[in-house]
Amino acid sequence: MLRLEPRASASLGWQIATPVLAVLATMIAGGILFAALGFDPLAAIRTIFWDPLFGTAAGYSRPQLLVKAGPLILIACGLALGFRAGIWNIGAEGQYIIGGICGAAVALATYPNEGIWIFPAMIAAGALGGMAWGLIPALLRNWFGASEILVSLMLVYVAQRITAWMSFGPLKNPEGFGFPGSRNLQQYEPASNPELIAGTGLHWGVVAAGVALIATWFIVSRHILGFHIRTAGAAPRAARFAGVKPSWLVALCLGFSGALAGMAGLFEAAGPGGQITENFGSGYGFTAIIVAFLGRLHPVGILLGGLLLALTYIGGELAQLTMQMPAASVQVFQGMLLFFILGFDILTRFRIRRVR
Amino acid sequence: MIDPLSVFLMLLGAATPILFASLGELVAERAGVLNLGVEGMMICGALAGFAAAHASGSPALGFLAAAVGGTAISLIFAGLSQYLLTNQVATGLALTLFGLGLTAMFGKPYEGTKAPSMPMGPLGLNWMIWLGLIAVPLVWWFLNRSRAGLVLRAVGENHDAAHALGYPVRRIRVLAIAFGGAMAGLGGAYISIATVLQWTEGMTAGAGWIALAIVVFSRWDPRGALAGAWLFGGVTVLQLRLQAAGVSVPVQLLSMAPYLATILVLVLISAQQKFGRSAGGAAPGSLGRPFHALR
Repeated sequence: MLRLEPRASASLGWQIATPVLAVLATMIAGGILFAALGFDPLAAIRTIFWDPLFGTAAGYSRPQLLVKAGPLILIACGLALGFRAGIWNIGAEGQYIIGGICGAAVALATYPNEGIWIFPAMIAAGALGGMAWGLIPALLRNWFGASEILVSLMLVYVAQRITAWMSFGPLKNPEGFGFPGSRNLQQYEPASNPELIAGTGLHWGVVAAGVALIATWFIVSRHILGFHIRTAGAAPRAARFAGVKPSWLVALCLGFSGALAGMAGLFEAAGPGGQITENFGSGYGFTAIIVAFLGRLHPVGILLGGLLLALTYIGGELAQLTMQMPAASVQVFQGMLLFFILGFDILTRFRIRRVR
Repeated sequence: MIDPLSVFLMLLGAATPILFASLGELVAERAGVLNLGVEGMMICGALAGFAAAHASGSPALGFLAAAVGGTAISLIFAGLSQYLLTNQVATGLALTLFGLGLTAMFGKPYEGTKAPSMPMGPLGLNWMIWLGLIAVPLVWWFLNRSRAGLVLRAVGENHDAAHALGYPVRRIRVLAIAFGGAMAGLGGAYISIATVLQWTEGMTAGAGWIALAIVVFSRWDPRGALAGAWLFGGVTVLQLRLQAAGVSVPVQLLSMAPYLATILVLVLISAQQKFGRSAGGAAPGSLGRPFHALR
C-alpha cells in the first residue's frame, strides 16, 4: 500500500521537475493517441516539437514562436496573479476580444489621419476595454457575491457575440465589398503593429509581454502586494487580519489581468490578425490558463510555458499541413497537458510512503 | 402572435439539456465536489450520443451511449480530484478544454450527417423531456428522504466528520461525480439528438456553464434547478421568437440574451443570499475542498 504524507512546505525540486514530467507524460499519451488515430507517433511528435524550430520550413515557422507566445505570456502574467490569490478569472478570452475591439475602434475612428499618437491611444483603449470587461465580474463579486468564475466565463460568450455584431455592423469595412470584418489595420500605417526586426516575429505585443513578465516578477516577489496576494490565496482569514482588503484584491487582480488580456487582443488586432472578424477570439485566453499553470504561476515558468504552448500551436499547424492531422489534436494535447500538470503536482505537496 | 401553449412546449425542450446537467452537478456539489467540467462532459455526451444514434438508428441507444460517455470522461476528473487531490476549479476547466478538443477531433466524420428522429411520448413531448421532469422529484427524494442521500449530504457538509463516522468519503464522491457525468452526457445528447439534429463542433455553446449557474440559482435544491432551467428555456425561446419575428435588433445581440440572463440571475440570487435573512440555501460546507484522510 502507498500512503500520502503531506509535506511541511512544497518541495522546490519537484516544483521544477513536475512541469517537465508533465510535458513528457503528455508526449507519451499524445503519441498513444496519435497511434490510435493511425499516425506514426514518433513522426507526429517530431513534427510538432522539433520541425518548427529545426526542420526544413523552420525559417518561416521560427518567427511565429514569438508571435504566438507574446499574447499567451501577456495574458498568463495577469492570470497568475489572480490564481495565486484564489481569484479565478477564466474569462480572459472575453477581455482579449473586447480589448481588440476597443483598440481597433480607435484606429478606425481616426482613419485615415496620420499621427504618432494613434498607436499609443489604441494600446490605452485596448487595456481599458479589457480592464472594464474584467472589472464586471470583480464588481459583481464584491457587491453581490456572484461567482467571478461563472460571470467572467459567461462574458466570453457575450464578447464573442459582440465581435460578430461589430464585424457585420459598426466596424465593418465600408470598402470591403460587403464582406464582414473591419479594415485591415496592417494597411493603415499609423495604427499597425508591425514586425520590429525582420524575421524574428518580434512586435510590440512581445515587448509588452516582456515588460509584463518583469512587472509580475517584481510584484510577486518584491512588493507588499505580492505578499498580500500570496497570503490571501494560502490563508484568506489570516490575510484579513494582516490588513488585506479582499474586495480590493479582487478588483485589482481582475482589472489587471483584464487590462493585460485586452492589450494582447489589441496587439493581435493591429498586428498578426490585422482586423476584427467574427472569429477574432482564437482561444489564447483559455490556453493562457494552461500557460499559467504550466509555469507554476511564476514569471520564469510562464515564459517557458508560453514558448512551449506557442510551439504546440505552430507544430499543430505543421502537422495539419504535412500529416493531415486533425486541427483539434492540438487542443486535445493542451487539455491533456493541463491534466498532467495538475496530477503531478501531488508530488510537490505530498511525500509518497510505502506502508505495510 | 405568440401562442402561450406552443411557447411553453418549446420552453420545455430548451430547458431539458440544462435541467439534466444541473441535476447531475447538483448531486455532485451536495457531495462537496465542484466540477467545472460540465461543459466538457456535455459535449462528450453530445458526440457519443449522436454517433451511437447515427450508427444504430436508435435515439434510445444514443442516449445510453451519451450517459456512458459522460460518465467515462467524468472519471478523469474523479481520479484527479479525489485521488491526486488536485485543485477542483483548474481540473474542471481542464476537463472542459479536453472534452471540447477531443470531440472536435473525433466528431469530424459526423459533420453533415443527420440524427434519427425522436419518438414522441405523451402530449407531443418526447421521452427525454418526461424523463427530465421525473428526475426532479426522484433526485429530491434521494437527497432528502433516503438514507444514502443523507450520507451524501453529510459528506458534502463536513467531510472530516463524515469520515470520522466511518463513511467512505472518496467512494461516495466518485459515485456522485459519475452521476453528474452521466446526467451531463444525457443533457448534451439532447442538444445533438433532439434539438439540433446534427453534430457541430462546440455545439453545447456554454450550456454546461449555464447549468453550473443554475445550480447556484437553485440553492442546491432540485426544485430550484427545474425553475432555473425553465427560466433559461423561456429566455432562449423568447429570443428565438424575436429573431423569427424579425425585430430590428441584430441577431448577434439577441443571441446574447441567455448569457446575460444567466449573469442577472446569478447576481440576484447571490445578492439575496448575501443580504437576505433566510438561513437555508447556503452552499455545502465542504464544497470544492479536497479531502485527504490522514488516518
